[in-house]
Amino acid sequence: MAKMSERRYSEITGRAVLYGILIIVAAYYLVPLLIMIMTSFRSMDEIRMGQLIELPRSFTLDAWHQAWNQVQIGARDELGLRPYFINSIKMVIPAVAISTILGALNGYVLSFWKFRGSELFFAALLLGCFLPFQAILLPQSQLLGWLGLTGSISGLVLTHVVYGVSFTTLFFRNYYVNLPGELIKAAKLDGAGFWMIFFRIILPLSSPILVVTVIWQFTQIWNDFLFGVVFSDPSSQPVTVGLNNMVNSTTGETRYNVDMAGAIIAALPTILVYVLAGKYFVRGLTAGSVKG
Amino acid sequence: MSVTNRKGLDYWLPKLVLSPTIAITVIFIYGFVIWTAVLSFTRSRILPQYEFVGFEQYVRLFANDRWLGAMSNLLIFGVLFIAICLIVGLVLAILLDQNIRAEGALRTIYLYPMALSFIVTGTVWKWLLNPTVGIERFMISLGWESFVFDWIVNPQMAIYTIVIAGVWQASGFVMAIFLAGLRGIDTSIIKAAQLDGASLFSVYTRIIIPSMRPVFFSAFIMLAHIAIKSFDLIIALTGGGPGNSTDVPAIFMYQFSFQRGQLGMGAASAIVMLMTVLAILVPYLYSELRTPKNG
Repeated sequence: MAKMSERRYSEITGRAVLYGILIIVAAYYLVPLLIMIMTSFRSMDEIRMGQLIELPRSFTLDAWHQAWNQVQIGARDELGLRPYFINSIKMVIPAVAISTILGALNGYVLSFWKFRGSELFFAALLLGCFLPFQAILLPQSQLLGWLGLTGSISGLVLTHVVYGVSFTTLFFRNYYVNLPGELIKAAKLDGAGFWMIFFRIILPLSSPILVVTVIWQFTQIWNDFLFGVVFSDPSSQPVTVGLNNMVNSTTGETRYNVDMAGAIIAALPTILVYVLAGKYFVRGLTAGSVKG
Repeated sequence: MSVTNRKGLDYWLPKLVLSPTIAITVIFIYGFVIWTAVLSFTRSRILPQYEFVGFEQYVRLFANDRWLGAMSNLLIFGVLFIAICLIVGLVLAILLDQNIRAEGALRTIYLYPMALSFIVTGTVWKWLLNPTVGIERFMISLGWESFVFDWIVNPQMAIYTIVIAGVWQASGFVMAIFLAGLRGIDTSIIKAAQLDGASLFSVYTRIIIPSMRPVFFSAFIMLAHIAIKSFDLIIALTGGGPGNSTDVPAIFMYQFSFQRGQLGMGAASAIVMLMTVLAILVPYLYSELRTPKNG
């Protein structure tokens, strides 16, 4: 009996230690976010008198207004992160839509309409998933120049589509090859053609992978900085570039509250996606890693 | 007649649908890589020009102290970033795998940094690590007067701040991969081992962790890929400084190509980066393709 209770006791302490560790680790991940949020609602007077890491004693939306449409970023006329945010939206919607549609069609062909060389092509396409983009920056900027798209949102959309299609194709292809092939064979025997099978059979089965792909592409493109900083000019820069310029170019006093509010503004869309559809976000990450 | 027509359509349509992506792959991926390689063998400065100079740009590159510094920084950052992410990710995954009540919530918390832009992560950590306003100031205000944590302004230590922020962002992601791997393991083997009297610890070290080799491998590849490409995190966190102490190849490539008018050398550095990725990737793909997939 004594032995039993001793064992139970050590089991309970074990669990307590386990939960203790997990909660401390959770704090490590959460604290920067909490400081970001708290600081964004404090006034600069308060931060100046106190310090960055402390509980807020006042509440003001001033830093959010500043970051959104009042702070001077670079030498542009429009103030704040708002124009950059709008650029990001204008860039991300067409880029995600086009690359996802292309990926779905490619995956469909590569799974059910294989032809001589299509497997080889798929293997060749996968280099695009691992390509360090530095290896294409110079030719791409030359090409955008020739097309007259330098410094335009269309140029960014083109770039994101071209370098996103490897991933979207991989996602759809890996999903479609696991669908039962008999389904399509039967449909073909019944005389259904390429588009009919795609729209009537495949597309209705695609919603899980569609969500994963859209979320993946949205996160990648929204968070991109490299293409944004290389291929855009002040009128077309995305919000990541705007934020970086804001944080690093403020003349005079550093306004931590404005920086933090700006960081949250830039992060909000992807955080929202993560909170609303985290399951699919994780699936995209693991699909991109384990099978890529 | 109409039947052959149909077949003709279904024969050509898939190829037609795939053709934009074939063009993209041929031009934008392979074509542009070759183009960059060609540029790296030319004398190009501010504008591309095609006077070939052999390996001169590579010779200049590897004689350049900034490049050598960038490479050694990448090595330090890469090794620490990958190793710590793997350890933290594995430990967290194993801890979370013990029938934790709030697993979903904890997983969500561990993983959310991965949804952020590296620019956002860099901005936050830049101020947290800043000795005059961040953690150092906080500890001093708590009464620990002699506390010093000034790595971000110390050229010797600044590279380690990149590791701190990088691990914060990516370790939850490694946890997610490992957790998926743990969930995929056949539990009957584990139960049998436990019936044979194996302790939980030895079940993990002898059975579970060895059987997750492929998961380790793919996590390693993903992390190595993130490390070699790392650009935005460093730009936002330290801007490559103090001095050039947190310079990495991606920043070197960007600055030499687009700010200093050294296209040839920029192209050479890009090709070296690509080769590094391939050197890691090719053995991986080779082993992946050789072993028959189960399931």
